[in-house]
Amino acid sequence: MIPLLMYILIFVAAFFIVTKVVRGAGISDYTSLKTVTFGDESAVRPNRAAGIISILTIFLMWGVFTGSTLLPGFLHAPGPFKGDTTFTYTAQADGATDDATVSIVVFPREEPTEAPEVDPGDGFAKNDSVAIAQWRSGLVRVDGNDDIKKSEGAQVIAINGQRIAPGETVSVENGTVTLSDKGTPNFAPTRGWQMEPLYLPAPEEVFTRTLQIASEGFRNFTLLEHLGFSLFRVVLGFLLGALVGIPLGYAMGLSDWFRGWFDPIVEFMRPVPPLALIPLVIIWAGIGEAGKIILLFLAALWIMAIAARSGVSGVKISKVHAAYSLGASKWQIMRHVIVPNSLPEIFTGARVAMGVCWGTVVAAELVAAEQGAGMMIMTASKFQNTDIVIMGIILIGVIGFGIDMLMRWAERILVPWKGKG
Amino acid sequence: MTGLSIDNLSMRFDLPDGGHVQALQDVSLDLKAGELLSVLGPSGCGKTTLLNIVAGFLAPTGGVMTLNGHQITGPDAERGMVFQQGALFEWMSVRENVGFGPSMKGMPKNDKAEIVDHLLDVVGLQDFKEKAVYELSGGMQQRVALARCLANDPDVILMDEPLGALDALTREKMQSLVLKLWKETGKTIILITHSVEEALLLGERLIVMAPRPGRIHKEYRLPFAELGVNADLREVKKHEDFGPKREEILNMIWDMEEEIMGTKEDAA
Repeated sequence: MIPLLMYILIFVAAFFIVTKVVRGAGISDYTSLKTVTFGDESAVRPNRAAGIISILTIFLMWGVFTGSTLLPGFLHAPGPFKGDTTFTYTAQADGATDDATVSIVVFPREEPTEAPEVDPGDGFAKNDSVAIAQWRSGLVRVDGNDDIKKSEGAQVIAINGQRIAPGETVSVENGTVTLSDKGTPNFAPTRGWQMEPLYLPAPEEVFTRTLQIASEGFRNFTLLEHLGFSLFRVVLGFLLGALVGIPLGYAMGLSDWFRGWFDPIVEFMRPVPPLALIPLVIIWAGIGEAGKIILLFLAALWIMAIAARSGVSGVKISKVHAAYSLGASKWQIMRHVIVPNSLPEIFTGARVAMGVCWGTVVAAELVAAEQGAGMMIMTASKFQNTDIVIMGIILIGVIGFGIDMLMRWAERILVPWKGKG
Repeated sequence: MTGLSIDNLSMRFDLPDGGHVQALQDVSLDLKAGELLSVLGPSGCGKTTLLNIVAGFLAPTGGVMTLNGHQITGPDAERGMVFQQGALFEWMSVRENVGFGPSMKGMPKNDKAEIVDHLLDVVGLQDFKEKAVYELSGGMQQRVALARCLANDPDVILMDEPLGALDALTREKMQSLVLKLWKETGKTIILITHSVEEALLLGERLIVMAPRPGRIHKEYRLPFAELGVNADLREVKKHEDFGPKREEILNMIWDMEEEIMGTKEDAA
């Protein structure tokens, strides 16, 4: 809740600072009147400043709530309690009561610490000490050294003077004490607002871990090999899919027999998510390279076939007529009109197929693989290496984005007439 | 014999519900080589169907067509077609579009380049030779379409509302260009148009078609095309016969349109 409010606050504050203060009165030309842009998406251009601030904000929030060393300390959200603290408990036995103090040392998880020695004090309840790791909580067996044990009828009736019954919780300095059902106090040190590194490591930890994996490798393969294997599978699977899918789509667009024969198959297979095929492919081809290539081939095949089919069917009849009346033969029309006319559609299909293949390969590697981006994050998660998991997610995202950019660039270079017909 | 001869042409389309539409019924027409015929009529009178049949894109259900003595059975380079728009190949440059016909015939590069250069000069697009067609304005695109058609040196040029999508000013310039090309090349031209004025200005002969079934309603021989070859088209429009002819044909087409709509409303 607090991070969300903070995020909204940054959003609103940045908006006012950038649009009102930095740019003066804001946009004042006629487009400033354009407050409603339904159906005219192009009228809204992304604000570059907003984009930069947005990315910075994500890293800032990440740093703030993980206590990143990249940020000055005053920006950190309150961290978990660390150090010494105490609370007192009141024990009752045989109608008499006695107070005793519990000394607690809360230590960071990576620096295990022994419980300190304490003076037992007077009365039948003796002082105790305990060491608890940050983010964790610990039962304090207060009666362990007492003269009258729990089994002999002693029970804890108050913490810091506040009455407490089993199941109830009392706030004390630097934490809370809950009395368990069996009557033993359980101390939970204050966690603060920061994320535990197990759930979200600080950005610099992910970064250093990335450098480490890049130089030392992970599970017998270097980082580049893991990513390269994933990319290799995608490219090979996609190429095979395109190699079969494009001619199939052409045949379906040109011949009613092919169309009738393959339409049911293509229309049935298209909505089946490739992920649903993983179990069958593993049964058929195992978890090796062949299975992954077959899966990606199937993922790309239907998309490419449908793209090629609609590219062929989408040719304007007047273009075909024009070519005929200019003396072109059927074969010449195929080569000079149908094929170039279908290329934009095929490129759009290729972009979609590459995206789907990239998602599918990661999923397939999550299920079973010896190497690859998906395998890397799945294995890391089993060992609670959250930093590797986050690194993997970021790299997968960057590569997926890169593939899309590359396809767009190729489209601009190779089919500049797209959408101009 | 030379020229285009259409004899008792009929076209019937079967509808999915079992009925049929008689798009053309017993259309007969003789066109001498070098004649410019414009075809007018309300929507649905079968103008475009007639043109598609002459081009060979559609097989008629009845009748015979001959060009220079041989029967027309399918599309051929001897009958070039200019479409309203969107029939240029946007993956080719202006030069490649104009050279498409010669390329298909396998004409040697040099001969082709000569023809393309000449035609681009004629339509005034020499400077746009290497541009992509989608970079040109609508009027320029239609010039490319005209040049592409002429590059194949067809006997008959079929024009399906070639200027229909252009603005008034561009349209007027293009009308002059069509007349100029007609006179210079001596081609037989059939021009379909929605504009009565355009039909009068460009048509040496003019037929008005009537719908349901599609048939030739009335035929005119007009002097304006000959006048327009050498004069400003705006001058031609001031000719004493031009206005009355325009009114006559407009009224004829309006009557047909109203007949189609089923009501004959007062003009007031």
